[in-house]
Amino acid sequence: MYDSGKIIAGLIIFAALFTSPVWYDVLNGKALQRPDLVLPSKENQKECVAAAEFMRRDHMRLLNDWRYEVVRKGETYFSSDNGKEYEMRFTKTCLGCHPNTSQFCDQCHSYVGVTPYCWDCHNKPRNLSIQ
Amino acid sequence: MNIVFSLLAILVVIAAAVLGAGVAKLYFLFGVIIPYASIAVFLVGIVSRVVKWAKSPVPFHIPTVAGQQKSLPWIRNSRLESPHTTLGVIGRMALEILFFRSLFRNTKMELRNGPKLVYGSNKYLWLGAIVFHWSMLIIVLRHLRLFMEPVPSFVFAIQGIDGFFQVGLPGLYITDILILAALSYLVLRRLVDARLRYISLSADYFPLFLLLSIAVTGILMRYFFRIDLVNVKELAIGLFTFHPVVPQVTGVLFYIHLFLVCTLLVYFPFSKLLHMPGIFLSPTRNLANNSRMKRHVNPWDHPVRVHTYGEYEDEFREKMKAAGLPLDKE
Ligand code: HEC
Ligand code: HEC
Ligand code: HEC
Ligand code: HEM
Repeated sequence: MYDSGKIIAGLIIFAALFTSPVWYDVLNGKALQRPDLVLPSKENQKECVAAAEFMRRDHMRLLNDWRYEVVRKGETYFSSDNGKEYEMRFTKTCLGCHPNTSQFCDQCHSYVGVTPYCWDCHNKPRNLSIQ
Repeated sequence: MNIVFSLLAILVVIAAAVLGAGVAKLYFLFGVIIPYASIAVFLVGIVSRVVKWAKSPVPFHIPTVAGQQKSLPWIRNSRLESPHTTLGVIGRMALEILFFRSLFRNTKMELRNGPKLVYGSNKYLWLGAIVFHWSMLIIVLRHLRLFMEPVPSFVFAIQGIDGFFQVGLPGLYITDILILAALSYLVLRRLVDARLRYISLSADYFPLFLLLSIAVTGILMRYFFRIDLVNVKELAIGLFTFHPVVPQVTGVLFYIHLFLVCTLLVYFPFSKLLHMPGIFLSPTRNLANNSRMKRHVNPWDHPVRVHTYGEYEDEFREKMKAAGLPLDKE
């Protein structure tokens, strides 16, 4: 092999970069933890605004629809599949049942690496004096 | 014909994922075994290719340059276009790899009425290529959020810039649009021009269709038919820490996406996509243009047995003397 020093160095760098998630995850150790969610426990808060399976995948699209309905179309109420009516309010409705965002929303979001910018404007309940 | 064959090949790959993961629910096969196997094929394939290349000698010093070579001190030389130092070579390689410098010089030749042969600069191929490659790099780096826990901070920075316009939820990524546009252009480029179509092979269409279907399935999965990313991340981390879990992901779109990526990994070491490691090993790019300063020894040269005139004379001295020929040494 010609230039074996350079070739081997290059190959090692390539393999190290390509397998970097392995080193990173193995060195960090605690990687296999799933997000630890605290779900609403109050009696009147037993169901989400849609099926949990749907919410897990699509809550951001639902929020987008709500925002559109309220801000653009002036609607106020959302009727869920189970026949209940919910006021389409981000802070009041969602965070009314899921008030502790750091044990709910943020758990998943930091796990999958999303940083919703909603809190730039919308308040979190614990920032309010009433709760 | 070539294009039909490539399309059929892609359809077979997609059908395999639909049948295997969607109908037969072989999640462990498609989520764990095939990814491991294709990563192994990719790594071993690339390393053995590069080693094979490194075993071939470079008999001549052949940098192809586009600038003035370093010669006399009063002639201005071009340090990047015709580098004579290692640093210059690194700079030239960086321009080539990061910005496709030589493709930027691409020209197009046309026969006009007259008949007249005209040459013009043609930057569209460069533009399509650079937009595609950079988008793909950014997308792959963004994917690290699914592969690494905790998510490294540079991924957030990339996401922030890529999602700058904050259109919709989940936020629209600029690179998702760019990669679709660039790949579509690169496919159309081969189809629209009859001469280019004539020289295009299945091996040209297949990687384009493969990348296009990876991008399309990814985009469908993000914006239209969402899947639960927490399960995806659990699967990915399980793979990378060698504690594979039985995949909890149910969306068939995910398995199509993943199977297409595995196909790409396996296809890579046997195809023209090898230009990725190949660019580093191109003697026309990675040699310094210093043939006037340093002698390039052909590694093929093996010692030639020479017979000098002195030895010749020694051997035939008597006979030469007898014939009356002039001798150097008496
Ligand atoms: C009436 C109370 C209530 C409201 C309002 C509500 N949720 Fe929920 N949410 C729940 C409950 C209870 C669950 C757990 C459901 C289950 O596991 O079956 C849940 C589950 C979820 C989940 C899935 C968590 C998991 O199990 O992985 C998400 C995501 C979610 N909610 C987001 C939202 C968002 C976003 C809103 C506002 C649009 C909202 N919720 C409004 C009560 C509520
Ligand atoms: C620039 C500030 C800003 C940001 C950032 C922002 N919003 Fe809003 N949002 C508003 C304003 C202002 C309204 C209108 C409130 C009203 O009319 O009562 C609103 C209304 C809404 C509504 C409907 C009504 C209500 O009071 O809840 C929803 C749902 C909503 N936003 C969701 C979101 C989500 C989800 C995000 C993050 C992706 C987000 N918003 C980010 C300013 C913002
Ligand atoms: C089961 C885990 C889970 C829970 C709980 C959860 N989310 Fe999410 N959320 C996600 C995932 C995963 C994404 C990323 C989607 C993507 O990037 O494709 C996301 C994305 C979002 C986005 C869009 C961010 C963007 O910029 O694209 C918003 C807004 C959002 N979530 C709001 C909420 C709110 C508000 C809550 C709490 C009430 C919540 N989520 C709870 C998993 C969760
Ligand atoms: C060659 C490598 C790959 C390419 C080019 C690619 C391309 C894409 C693209 C363009 C998207 C659209 C959304 C975005 O830009 O983030 C996407 C999404 C996605 N990809 Fe890939 N992908 C690749 C590898 C993988 C692998 C190995 C996995 C396996 C875990 C994967 C899983 C996903 C998932 C889960 C999504 C949806 C993300 C979301 O909903 O936000 N991809 N991919």
